[in-house]
Amino acid sequence: MALSIIKIFPRHGRQYIRDLRKAVIPEGFRGRPVIGKDITPAEEKLALTVCPIAAIQTGPFRLDLGKCEFCMECSFATEGKIRFTNDHRLSTNNRESLIIKVGEDNPIRVDQFMVRKEISSYFRYALKLRQVSAGGDNSTEMELNASGNVNFDMGRYGIEFVASPRHSDGLVITGPISSNMAEALQICYDATPSPKIVVLAGSAAISGGIYENSPVVDRKFLETIKPDLYIPGNPPHPLTFINGILDLTGKK
Amino acid sequence: MIGKNPLVVPLVEIPIFDYTVFMDTIADLMKDESRHCVAYHVVPLHGKLRFFCCMASDHEKNIVLLSHEQNTSPLPVLPSLTAAHFLFHMYEREIWEQYGIQFIGHPWLKPVRVVEDYPFYSIEGDGVHEVGVGPIHAGIIEPGYFRFSCNGEKVMHLEIQLGFQHRGVEKLFLEKPSGIQRAVLAESIAGDTSVGHSIAHSQLMETLAGIISSPALQCERIIALELERIAVHIGDTAALCTDIAYQFGQVVNEALRTIVINTTQSWCGNRFGKGLVRTGGSYYPLKKDFILLLLANLKEVEERFGQITHEIFTNPSVLSRFEGIGKVSPHQAGMIGAVGMAARSSGVKRDIRWSHPFQAFRKTTYEPVTLHQGDAWARAMLRKLEVEKSIQLIGNLLSGHDFERMPAHPVYELTLPASSFALSLAEGWRGEIMQSAVTDEKGNIMNYKVKDPSFHNWMALTLAVRNQEISDFPLCNKSYNLSYCGHDL
Repeated sequence: MALSIIKIFPRHGRQYIRDLRKAVIPEGFRGRPVIGKDITPAEEKLALTVCPIAAIQTGPFRLDLGKCEFCMECSFATEGKIRFTNDHRLSTNNRESLIIKVGEDNPIRVDQFMVRKEISSYFRYALKLRQVSAGGDNSTEMELNASGNVNFDMGRYGIEFVASPRHSDGLVITGPISSNMAEALQICYDATPSPKIVVLAGSAAISGGIYENSPVVDRKFLETIKPDLYIPGNPPHPLTFINGILDLTGKK
Repeated sequence: MIGKNPLVVPLVEIPIFDYTVFMDTIADLMKDESRHCVAYHVVPLHGKLRFFCCMASDHEKNIVLLSHEQNTSPLPVLPSLTAAHFLFHMYEREIWEQYGIQFIGHPWLKPVRVVEDYPFYSIEGDGVHEVGVGPIHAGIIEPGYFRFSCNGEKVMHLEIQLGFQHRGVEKLFLEKPSGIQRAVLAESIAGDTSVGHSIAHSQLMETLAGIISSPALQCERIIALELERIAVHIGDTAALCTDIAYQFGQVVNEALRTIVINTTQSWCGNRFGKGLVRTGGSYYPLKKDFILLLLANLKEVEERFGQITHEIFTNPSVLSRFEGIGKVSPHQAGMIGAVGMAARSSGVKRDIRWSHPFQAFRKTTYEPVTLHQGDAWARAMLRKLEVEKSIQLIGNLLSGHDFERMPAHPVYELTLPASSFALSLAEGWRGEIMQSAVTDEKGNIMNYKVKDPSFHNWMALTLAVRNQEISDFPLCNKSYNLSYCGHDL
């Protein structure tokens, strides 16, 4: 037995990504989109019609990453005038900065002036999170799990998911918030001691996504609570999640 | 009416039986032990309620389609099929919940997806106590409520209440008429089975519209499906190791899963294969560079997975935690109509890839892996064997096909036949996925039905934990890894 372990270890090798802040996802990954300046009104109209969830809006033409399912249909329809770059840094605390306008090619970052003071003073060195799936399709949940795995290892920063809201410093919500989960989510939020943060992970959590108008979705929870971080994606990549949390808590 | 997967039939050709004749016919069909019900649901049609039932035989490789019709007022009170054939219990509960139809002789008509006032079974007596868990669990996992009736540490009964993830998927398929919207919806039925559900959906739409997809496209879909299976099975092997505190098995498998899902990402830009499967065509035809990467990665994974699973399955302390835990007998699995892995690990040879071949499986012969032990070991071992088979299968598919062709783009504007019923089956990594649609006089979809394998298999988990220590629940649960959102829709 010991012999075979010795055989397995060298091939397993060093798995963790050494610098998560500088890690690059290869081309082809569907990350931050850029709308080319040369997009024609006809192409804008095409993009508008193919978008499955009204993430594309007009007057002026723009793409809302808080809604986007990253299906790339608009990119195919406009023959690349709307282009999804491999930039995975999409997390922000400013909902407005998720709206991509024509010709804009700026990084999306956490706006440090909008971060509540207690977040960096309390959570810079350790952050324990409770995850609540409220109608999530399990892909975002799996990526959040992956954030702590042997490759991404966010535990190195003292960031961890914990079992009880009593032990946690905040909630990470996935899914459009199904009516059947609305009460449980509220109870879980109330059980989390203050100060606490709320993170919305995935387009479904940020806007409802494709389930936005479903009669069995209940988003009243978000009418009273202002989220501290939006993490777009379908699902968000672990690097998107980890870098967003690091930016929010002011970790270097 | 007898057909094959996938099928499309004009409504007028589907026989409408009197309910007693319907029951007798079902009883007749059920004499074939390999036959199970793949769909039984209600569609409101012309002011009446039409019940469609599809009975698939694993051995005869056909699907019998039959129906009966009932008035809406007064609502009928029907003798239950469940009384004789237990595998109908979920179907009848669902119909009761959605249409209020009573089934006499059903053991307990209780909600499937409505969470208020759920009537739990309870046992009273000396030393008997209840343990409630959920809907939010201690981990990054979807919600569901579990109530254990225990005597000391021993579980006498587990009741699973689901429905917390209900998002109204089936209704949204009708309210969102564009092909792209439906494709995105299909991917989110269960995000861990994006490819499986997307294949079932695309196949359904293509069958309805009379589109025959190219052999290369069918091949690519199956490669994507098997990649999804490999990734999840390896991830589950890691998770099973986590649950028995075997960290070495966990980390090595986690790393291997990453290689597989990153390969899928290199193909289509998404680690879960979202956007990869579309109706009528694909935006991501296989290219030479990617095929080389795919083959190299699979070879790497195959070797390393072979090493680590050899280590896992020869390790006495692992075996002592897996063997004999959470046993479900072949009889029980057959009785509850278990599908997919839950069936095959309990000695029931049931695999749509073999019995009702779809896409590229029509041109290959796939022999399912079946294990008779029915315990956590069997479910872990089944994963190992299926990973090996799937890697082989992808290799075969890649060597036998010409991928250098003019790829077809997806087709979203479809003309569907009027007044028809269509059914599509696919074998996702959990098991049999069913999607079905009915069109109206104008050829618009008026009813859409989805069934994830978890719809049947949650019952298997309930049976698995009976007479087990409650501390073995996480292991049993992980060994099935069932879907909450796929069940709740």
